[in-house]
Amino acid sequence: MDNVIRRRTFGARLGRFTLYAVLVLAALFYLLPLAVMLITSVKPLGEISAGSLLALPQSPTLAPWLKAWGEACTGMRCEGVGGYFWNSIAIVVPAVLISTVIGALNGYALTKWRFKGSELLFALTLFGCFIPFQVVLLPMAQTLGWLGLSSSRAGLILVHVVFGIAFTTLFFRNFYVAVPSELVSAAKLDGAGFFRIFWRILLPVSAPIIVVSVIWQFTQIWNDFLFGVAFSAHDTQPVTVALNNLVNTSTGVREYNVDMAATMIAALPTLLVYVLAGKYFVRGLTAGSVKG
Amino acid sequence: MAALEIHNVCKDFGSERVLKEVSLAIDSGEFLILVGPSGCGKSTLMNAIAGLEPVTDGEIRIAGEDVTWQTPAERDIAMVFQSYALYPSMTVRQNISFGLEMRKVPRAERDAAVERVADLLQISHLLDRKPSQLSGGQRQRVAMGRALAREPKVYLFDEPLSNLDAKLRVDMRTEIKKLHQRLGTTIVYVTHDQIEAMTLADCIAVMRDGRILQLGTPDEVYNDPVDLFVAGFMGSPSMNFITATLEGEAGAYRLRVDTPGEETLRLPWPHERETPAMAERVGRPVILGLRPEHFAEDDTRLRDHDMGVLLTPRITVVEPTGADILLQLPLGEGEATARVGPKCRVAAGERLPLRIDMARAVLFDRDTEQRLA
Amino acid sequence: MSLSSSLARPAGPGTRRSPAAALQAWLPKLVLAPSVAISLFFVYGFMLWTFVLSLTNSRMLPSYEFVGFAQYARLMANDRWWVASTNLVVFGGLFVAICLALGLLLAILLDQRIRQEGALRTVYLYPMALSFIVTGVVWKWLLNPGLGIQAMVRGWGFESFTFDWLVDPDMAVYTLVIAAVWQASGFVMALFLAGLRGIDDSIIKAAQLDGASLPRIYRRVVLPCLRPVVFSAVMILAHIAIKSFDLVVALTGGGPGYASDLPATFMYAHAFTRAQVGLGSASAMLMLGGVLAILIPYLYSELRSRRHG
Repeated sequence: MDNVIRRRTFGARLGRFTLYAVLVLAALFYLLPLAVMLITSVKPLGEISAGSLLALPQSPTLAPWLKAWGEACTGMRCEGVGGYFWNSIAIVVPAVLISTVIGALNGYALTKWRFKGSELLFALTLFGCFIPFQVVLLPMAQTLGWLGLSSSRAGLILVHVVFGIAFTTLFFRNFYVAVPSELVSAAKLDGAGFFRIFWRILLPVSAPIIVVSVIWQFTQIWNDFLFGVAFSAHDTQPVTVALNNLVNTSTGVREYNVDMAATMIAALPTLLVYVLAGKYFVRGLTAGSVKG
Repeated sequence: MAALEIHNVCKDFGSERVLKEVSLAIDSGEFLILVGPSGCGKSTLMNAIAGLEPVTDGEIRIAGEDVTWQTPAERDIAMVFQSYALYPSMTVRQNISFGLEMRKVPRAERDAAVERVADLLQISHLLDRKPSQLSGGQRQRVAMGRALAREPKVYLFDEPLSNLDAKLRVDMRTEIKKLHQRLGTTIVYVTHDQIEAMTLADCIAVMRDGRILQLGTPDEVYNDPVDLFVAGFMGSPSMNFITATLEGEAGAYRLRVDTPGEETLRLPWPHERETPAMAERVGRPVILGLRPEHFAEDDTRLRDHDMGVLLTPRITVVEPTGADILLQLPLGEGEATARVGPKCRVAAGERLPLRIDMARAVLFDRDTEQRLA
Repeated sequence: MSLSSSLARPAGPGTRRSPAAALQAWLPKLVLAPSVAISLFFVYGFMLWTFVLSLTNSRMLPSYEFVGFAQYARLMANDRWWVASTNLVVFGGLFVAICLALGLLLAILLDQRIRQEGALRTVYLYPMALSFIVTGVVWKWLLNPGLGIQAMVRGWGFESFTFDWLVDPDMAVYTLVIAAVWQASGFVMALFLAGLRGIDDSIIKAAQLDGASLPRIYRRVVLPCLRPVVFSAVMILAHIAIKSFDLVVALTGGGPGYASDLPATFMYAHAFTRAQVGLGSASAMLMLGGVLAILIPYLYSELRSRRHG
């Protein structure tokens, strides 16, 4: 009897060990690129070609970061990615705010003020989540031209708002569906109107889904490359496009450390948002889907 | 003038008609209860009165004014919801004063109104809490306070007590009754609890399948039901329905009840309660309705009453409830429930002499389920 | 109190609505109108527009000289298009399948009361926050035979170790799979983990009392509960696979040659750099057709089973 129990605990321990081993291996797989990126970005160029990928820098330096920010060549110009970083911010902030506000109002109207055909309108809008953007690229380019927004930040803001609404509407609609409709009924009887109910009753309980919408839109728009490369000019490019140009600029010696520093710069804002608020994102996003 | 009138209101959901030409009217200060099984349309009717659901057809008037096409806000109505629907982001105080604020009542008046209802409902100490910090009973009080603060023309209560535990429900029921007596408010109250209906209402509307079957005082609905459904719905334990055969002739009708393994009973029908419709049913099966309290132990109370019919059934189940005892006994093709005093000493399997008070019995047609007599 | 109904008037709905009620009925529609208009114009209108362009012989600039389905015929005869399409099937299929498998595995393992679960979750999930351009640049560096993993392993003494998929035309497409799985599988894990946590414990306890083994409980009891999560995950992954334009640009540039092209890069190259607007439009329409061919049956069956279940 005693023997049997001991054998089982040994088996359980082995199982536990394997479990942790697998989990740690997986963690290494996910961490490797970030580690390499960081290590390389603070190595002098000479150490890179001489040493191994994971070898720690002998004489760490911030020079690659400074060069990536202010001097590195992106195509024809050599002004670093700093300016493009601010471009991205100038595009992302208004686009995120506008698309979130519109999505919230849409979700509210679609769930709490249903009317004949409102479900159909929702389905119609939802389709915008699934189209391959290639199918809108050419008409969009021409439309932006007509609007006088070609190669402008405003044009990119417009594009991101237009194609972000489908997602933000989806998020808010799924969230508001779960908010009891009696709250709205009570407020109607109390004499509040459409916007007042939204402002006073719905919005104060919407923090979780606002977080989801803002994080989603922020990462989507910050990380966008397709619209950026198609609809921007030199001075309005977002940082992703600049990064790609920097990496592919073939004049002179390849400075891998500068490439990696620029990559880190482009990655930092979304990484930061994720580390600070990532858990709220997953929590908010899955709240609806698990309930079905 | 009627506080609330409803004329031929119909409501369709898609192709399904959930309210079928509903009409009723109540006077100012009356307490109307809508009662019926789930899906009978009582909540839909409530929402139609509130203006939350547009009606398909018909007219609704509040204090004489046609409100059929007005918004809920314009109707000057307050509602207490089953789920309470307290605004989660606001304190109790803000919840109560929100309706006044929306109606642009000056701050001082709002504060006074909050103090008034908080006193009335004894929730003054809760005013600065959020709904999530309240117990179920406290939330219920706040929900009522929110309705009371505005002093609207009509109050609607949608199953307000159904989320409370049994003891609290009884307490709140009494409290609502007191409030109504004190404030003289006009109330429409939806419930599926027939005890709530009996205790609170000035009048009860029993609904089924989108229709009002009977509108009457609690006494009328209980003792004088229009059909088998109303008779069975009101009262707990519910009325016994015994299949019997009508015999005899006008002036001397009898109901023959055949119980397997027991003597055949012939129950004389009181002739002052005869109706002409009975004549056509002679020799045919009818349904006799007897409430549990229409049975009594064979003692002094009914001894000299000539309509008290004696039977001595073998009791199958004895259920003491404390206040009284419920007995199951074979009667007709099934079993009947009788309610006797708590001192009755009988065990299952024994025979017990019982009398039936035929003066309060009711008779239904077996096919149409309508009242015969 | 009375049941009587003396007046029975015909009431035409809406005819006598109070002004406030009329406003209340219109306001929600008014609020939705801009979004619906945007959707109609920028999504449906643009789809139609692209379709029209695909029927023309537009080259550098859109022209409206119709040539019927000639561009589609050209596309069908185009070897590069076939490579791109085949690549998408390989890439998309592997990407979705591996992400689901890896995500589910990690979620189940993480659900075994693990110490440091929060830290591990953060590590698995962070790549999702990155741009595909960032992912592409990093993996290009890692997979670079001369300086990356191959060089590192050779440096450890395994001189014959070879990992040069990036420059191997037959294997380049699999580097896309590696990078994309690295980026998205942690997110799938998070979805599954949230799903697992959402399952009622009493179901699992009941199954344990019935004597079911742990793997069996997962297969028969837990996985069916995760169906809606699989649905969400497939939707999101498919969406990522289709828009994998930036990853290709940054990681392989479509190369070597055009060995790792995807329809997305094919379309962009023809429409924007090779002055083949008509051909690019036709390829975009086929991409849309492909998406619909997957989406519609899936959505249909999913919605149907949900309605029945």
